[in-house]
Amino acid sequence: MVKERLNLTLKIWRQASPEAKGKFVTYEVKNVSPDISFLEMFDILNEELESKGEEPIAYEHDCREGICGTCGMVINGRPHGPLQGITTCQLHMRHFKDGDVIYVEPFRAKAFPIIKDLIVDRSAFDKIIQAGGFISVNTGSAPDANTILIPKEKADLAMDAAACIGCGACVAACPNASAMLFVAAKVSHLSLLPQGEPEREIRVQKMVAKMDELGFGNCSNIAACEAECPKEIKITNIARLNREFYRAKFLSEIKE
Amino acid sequence: MVLDSKIPSGSIQEKWTNHKFNLKLVSPANKLKYEIIVVGTGLAGASAAASLAELGYQVTVLTFHDSPRRAHSISAQGGINAAKNYPNDNDSIRRLFYDTVKGGDFRAREANVYRLAEVSNNIIDQCVAQGVPFAREYGGLLDNRSFGGAQLSRTFYAKGQTGQQLLLGAYSALSRQVGLGNVKLYTRREMLGLVVIDGMARGVIARNLVTGDLERFAGHAVVLATGGYSRVYYLSTNAMNCNATAIWRAHKKGAFFANPCFTQIHPTSLPLHSEQQSKLTLMSESLRNDGRVWVPKNKGDKRDPREISEEERDYYLERMYPSYGNLSPRDIASRAAKRMCDEGYGVGETGQAVYLDFSDAIKRLGKQVIEERYGNLFQMYEMITGENPYEVPMKIYPAPHYTMGGLWVDYNLMSTIPGLYVIGEANFSDHGANRLGASALMQGLADGYFILPNTIGDYFASNKFVTVKTNHEEFEKEEKSLSDQIKRLMSINGKRTVDDIHRELGKIMWEYVGMSRNEEGLQKAIQMIRDLREEFWRNVKIPGNDMDLNQTLERAGRVADFLELGELMAIDALHRNESCGGHFREEYQYEDGEAKRDDENFCYVAAWEFEDLSNWELYKEPLVFEYVKPTVRSYK
Repeated sequence: MVKERLNLTLKIWRQASPEAKGKFVTYEVKNVSPDISFLEMFDILNEELESKGEEPIAYEHDCREGICGTCGMVINGRPHGPLQGITTCQLHMRHFKDGDVIYVEPFRAKAFPIIKDLIVDRSAFDKIIQAGGFISVNTGSAPDANTILIPKEKADLAMDAAACIGCGACVAACPNASAMLFVAAKVSHLSLLPQGEPEREIRVQKMVAKMDELGFGNCSNIAACEAECPKEIKITNIARLNREFYRAKFLSEIKE
Repeated sequence: MVLDSKIPSGSIQEKWTNHKFNLKLVSPANKLKYEIIVVGTGLAGASAAASLAELGYQVTVLTFHDSPRRAHSISAQGGINAAKNYPNDNDSIRRLFYDTVKGGDFRAREANVYRLAEVSNNIIDQCVAQGVPFAREYGGLLDNRSFGGAQLSRTFYAKGQTGQQLLLGAYSALSRQVGLGNVKLYTRREMLGLVVIDGMARGVIARNLVTGDLERFAGHAVVLATGGYSRVYYLSTNAMNCNATAIWRAHKKGAFFANPCFTQIHPTSLPLHSEQQSKLTLMSESLRNDGRVWVPKNKGDKRDPREISEEERDYYLERMYPSYGNLSPRDIASRAAKRMCDEGYGVGETGQAVYLDFSDAIKRLGKQVIEERYGNLFQMYEMITGENPYEVPMKIYPAPHYTMGGLWVDYNLMSTIPGLYVIGEANFSDHGANRLGASALMQGLADGYFILPNTIGDYFASNKFVTVKTNHEEFEKEEKSLSDQIKRLMSINGKRTVDDIHRELGKIMWEYVGMSRNEEGLQKAIQMIRDLREEFWRNVKIPGNDMDLNQTLERAGRVADFLELGELMAIDALHRNESCGGHFREEYQYEDGEAKRDDENFCYVAAWEFEDLSNWELYKEPLVFEYVKPTVRSYK
């Protein structure tokens, strides 16, 4: 069975450098197999541009399995495109129709400055983790793994939060460009586990302070982050983050 | 030059303990005086950098990603092995050691493998302490599952995202050290050159991928943790940016390359479905815990698999390897799939696929259990193929996945260049000719957390170091040569794109240096690769500017290196007149198609020294087996 090939019009954000003025540029891509991924369609377009001696569209991607968190485009206004629960690299062309016009933009947020075309700088996320998103344990000092008992339900909840891939879609989706879901996922993951208990108060305070310092906005309960998160991380984690934060601020002796 | 593996004497149980005692120490105050450059932030690189910084060394970390958390270790799905024996199924360090040596088809060093098994348990402890959310039983204890090549359950896992969770653990340890100011982290820097001064590795030159500048980093030792080279095949399960450039450039500076032809083809990848595809997707080996592999008994049977009755199905792994069945090791399972397809039993539109069927497991355990175990993998499968694996059997086919070969290292993980250490997949050390599932994560973290931090101090304590700054003439020379190469690439302005040439290289490698190899094909491949390399340097086209973010230029540099490495892989495969593990030479097989090893003539590590292009000198490190006697590797 020969599947129908797609001919598409792409309007893609091009911006030569952080300072340069960007604009949408129109490209036609023809004869696209519906079985390939959105990024493979980009590869075809880029190879065409390269053979004409034109500069290909700069975009980031790596594992193409939805786990490394490198890729991220706003496709027709939605981070990672129209489907729920996937990254850009997992989006396949069978979800588009022949003749579609597709708008592609970078993730936009003050804390994620554009580097070139669709590539943005998300190192702010690393800085938040560096501020406190860890359990302080040096190599070699750990007790036997099974001396720490963790109820399965708790371990599962921690795992669900730990599934965050740090792609930044939550920030791109939020009208306030808030990083609350990202921070909440890490705070939840570590505060749910007994190993995370000793630094529970200081961690949340440090991470939240760093998040604020880096120019991310506040959470105003819009929940666009949850809707666009490729790992479907729940905003109940933000509720937990708020609880942890208030608990640390009001009840704890340990202050940042 | 004689290759000195520095394997300690004594009984295998005591080698590592004795060796550690004999290593010289660097006092805490003196550690501060030593700078270590770590390239790569996967499991090996991140764990090493964090552990070295915790010890008090000055650590500089380079990654070509935008964040250390992106490294390809993150994609590992199934799990990590350890000899904990928590399930009480008679596991031990000795048994993990035995399985790994046998799994590697007797082409790995016994001493290294034993040490790996020995530290495996510490890894699990360390990761749990960091907060890695491994799967647990209802009582709160850790859960295990089975992987290929083992008859027990020793694999720890975090859903189908074990690599992600382990990497995030190592990344958080690294981030902590960055935050404390003990690690200087440079992202978006791709190492292009190694700087060797007075015979010692003293620095690297990296391209700033945003500005295009070549930047210099000096130190007392360099650690390469830059992963494997399966992207030489173009289509592989590796991430798009995985490459061999760092190890290859070090190889050309004097680091020997060991067993380049030992590559692993993973049996459970998604089949190629379109000529426009850029990458193959892996489906975790853990699926073979519950999935049954089969093809129709009748050639070319194009019926819906659900209409093919039990009697008309050939569960060929269960038939050919009854004691391991669907959990036969990867090389065995891959070759069997290829054989079935070559003989005309393959399924799907192309006939290049076999079924991986969960219907029995769903009947036995219920859909919910299967969903809990493999939910995200099933979802990924449906996303890519548009088929629901709860209803229709998966279609799978082997794909290039892992490279057991890599830079040669001694027992201390040091290459043939003093001060250049190589860890994780980038070295050749522990897996012989075939790696068992869930052992890559184990090795990366063993090297980074527990082995390198112990061995590197001995090098500092045993050597005198002159002060080296980045204005040293060797830095000048290396930078000049790199910048000349970049200028040359940019000026070719030919007709073919980088990817087009890479695809062609990939086809040559897959056809002749892939799952099965023969003398005639390998000779042909060597010539074809040379011709293609010549064409690349004459006819490649790279638009844009080199002093800018230029992804085409990044890929061009990597493909240029693959075009040299590919030739060495073929040369190595041609010289090894035997079949072992992932290296299958058609001339050397038993009547039933099993690999025929030649221990009399090839029981050695082949370490290649770069002399000149197309000109390598072979050194042999003999392998001695005292504890596991090499036998025909049977999984029947």
